[in-house]
Amino acid sequence: MTWTAASAPLGRRRITVSDRRTYGAYGVLVLADTNGPDPQPGQFYMLAAVERWGGGADERPFLPRALSVLRAEPGRAHFMLEDVGPGTDRLLELAVGDDVWLLGPLGQGFQPPEEGRRAILCGGGVGTAPLAILEDALRAAGTASVALLGFRDAPHAQGAALLGDPRVATDDGSVGHHGRVTELLSAELDADPHAVVYSCGPPPMLEAVRAICEARGVPAQLALESGMACGFGACYGCVVPTRDGSYIRVCVDGPVVDADRLDTALVAGAGH
Amino acid sequence: MSGAVDFCGLALEHPVINASGTFDAIAAQRVFGDALLADFPFSAFVSKTITLEPRAGNPPPRIYEVAGGMINSIGLPNRGLAGYLEHDLPSLAALPVPLIVNVMGSVADEVVQLVEAVDARAEIAAIELNVSCPNVKTGLDIGADPDELARLLAAVRPRTRKPLIVKLTPNTADVARVAVAAEASGADAVSLINTLRAFAAHSTRPGAPWLGGGTGGQSGPAVRHVALAQIAAVARRVTIPIVGMGGIQNGRHAREALDAGACIVAVGTESFRDPLAGQRIARELAAPRV
Ligand SMILES: Cc1cc2nc3c(=O)[nH]c(=O)nc-3n(C[C@H](O)[C@H](O)[C@H](O)COP(=O)(O)OP(=O)(O)OC[C@H]3O[C@@H](n4cnc5c(N)ncnc54)[C@H](O)[C@@H]3O)c2cc1C
Ligand SMILES: Cc1cc2nc3c(=O)[nH]c(=O)nc-3n(C[C@H](O)[C@H](O)[C@H](O)COP(=O)(O)O)c2cc1C
Ligand code: FES
Repeated sequence: MTWTAASAPLGRRRITVSDRRTYGAYGVLVLADTNGPDPQPGQFYMLAAVERWGGGADERPFLPRALSVLRAEPGRAHFMLEDVGPGTDRLLELAVGDDVWLLGPLGQGFQPPEEGRRAILCGGGVGTAPLAILEDALRAAGTASVALLGFRDAPHAQGAALLGDPRVATDDGSVGHHGRVTELLSAELDADPHAVVYSCGPPPMLEAVRAICEARGVPAQLALESGMACGFGACYGCVVPTRDGSYIRVCVDGPVVDADRLDTALVAGAGH
Repeated sequence: MSGAVDFCGLALEHPVINASGTFDAIAAQRVFGDALLADFPFSAFVSKTITLEPRAGNPPPRIYEVAGGMINSIGLPNRGLAGYLEHDLPSLAALPVPLIVNVMGSVADEVVQLVEAVDARAEIAAIELNVSCPNVKTGLDIGADPDELARLLAAVRPRTRKPLIVKLTPNTADVARVAVAAEASGADAVSLINTLRAFAAHSTRPGAPWLGGGTGGQSGPAVRHVALAQIAAVARRVTIPIVGMGGIQNGRHAREALDAGACIVAVGTESFRDPLAGQRIARELAAPRV
């Protein structure tokens, strides 16, 4: 079984916000993408508000923002956002009925685990987003999965409600395990290493996941982040270095890459 | 859509092409499928800058967003001449529009080799020479100095009969003098502006650059009025056609560049926000003035 990346309709489309929800520190935007194709888990879209895109901090944003698809249902695409700067700030201001420019789905997403391996989903913060749609797809395929999520504190940990029944770690110990999500991951792999690890989160967490999986010989698929101008291969701005010494464009060759292609998942200039 | 235009003997369906390095037709076809060919946004396709040897480009981060634009330090990654001709040209030749190949070299001999190889390929309609590059022997930016540019063109011009467009750098004291030198040395057209040299400060290390390449080049609507002034200054001094670019986002912006003296326009950064910007701008340009 493989999952194929959906190809994007040509050009950006004007879409209406049909719902807006809050999960503690995170906001969820639901867009009425009636004619868009079904995204592959791990794919992303470029979003920009149609009105007032610009005029925030430092008179930004100017470029559209990359957002992982959180969940897809017929005619609707969901996104999970954290307010980290002028782009996410403006998108989180949008109300039902407001319009956004949407381009996508874009990039290469996750692949299902090979026969017999269980799936471990390991996420941090807003990196929860692509794991939710992945969990949906694994469930539909009848594949067993466990989810481990790490958050800063209790308001952020409310993002855990976006997945089925995840185990949670918080930096301040206010919810779940007091410590890092990678400690939960190590314990899972100690119990049963016959797994594939799927991960998305801040670069230091992703790098820790990569190192843990490499040390144990466990395959891992990492959803990377990188500063993007276009999202469709036009600008060459989003590159990360690979193990073979070349650069790949995260937007067209990723965002999901096999961990063994990387020497490090620490990406310069990305993440918060 | 009306607005067909002759540019250096190339019959273009409309006056909007892409700016070099801001649209990868091969990647875009992978992303959007064959719909891209049926609805290609530009009336000619300009390649990213090709150098003799392959280049990896600059370390990330490569882009920094600013008010009304961005600063890039991409660093001209490309497969090199041989890789381009073997891997990219066959796919690009299938595009429904004429191909313009942008080349750059740091010494005249390199540029001569590039131009001769490109000249030999019938699929390529015209050559754009990126001269925003320091001469490794003299340290001078070739395109910043009229005499440097004249020397380069003396070596290069005789090697091709294809239209030769010189892409001028805005990072010079008097762009019109450089344009005059280009015309006098046999250029068929000039294009401007390339990006304006710019610096983005690191968020936590005082004085250090944000961008992996150190300094970068600014583009987008923030540079549009600088571009208009430079296009007008060049248009007053040369008779060869001008490709006007810099921050063009809509039909009115394109019209202003044409009114300043450009023959056609190129769209760069706006395509990052709207992949079909070229087509939209051509349509807006063809609409009657209001
Ligand atoms: C494939 C992909 C999927 C993503 N999915 C999600 C998601 O689902 N939800 C979500 O909330 N985010 C997601 N992101 C991250 C989000 O796109 C970025 O954080 C985006 O930059 C936020 O824009 P902003 O204006 O809010 O913050 P910014 O101001 O852009 O700040 C975000 C980070 O960008 C850097 N930065 C700061 N200033 C600048 C500048 N002037 N120019 C360039 N970079 C700067 C810093 O490292 C900063 O920490 C994703 C990114 C990628 C590549
Ligand atoms: C990301 C990026 C990459 C570019 N790469 C090239 C290049 O390879 N060769 C070149 O001659 N100009 C390059 N340029 C400059 C553009 O072709 C154009 O001159 C400039 O961006 C101004 O136009 P704009 O404001 O519409 O983008 C690049 C610009 C950007 C933003
Ligand atoms: S974001 Fe432009 S090439 Fe990847």
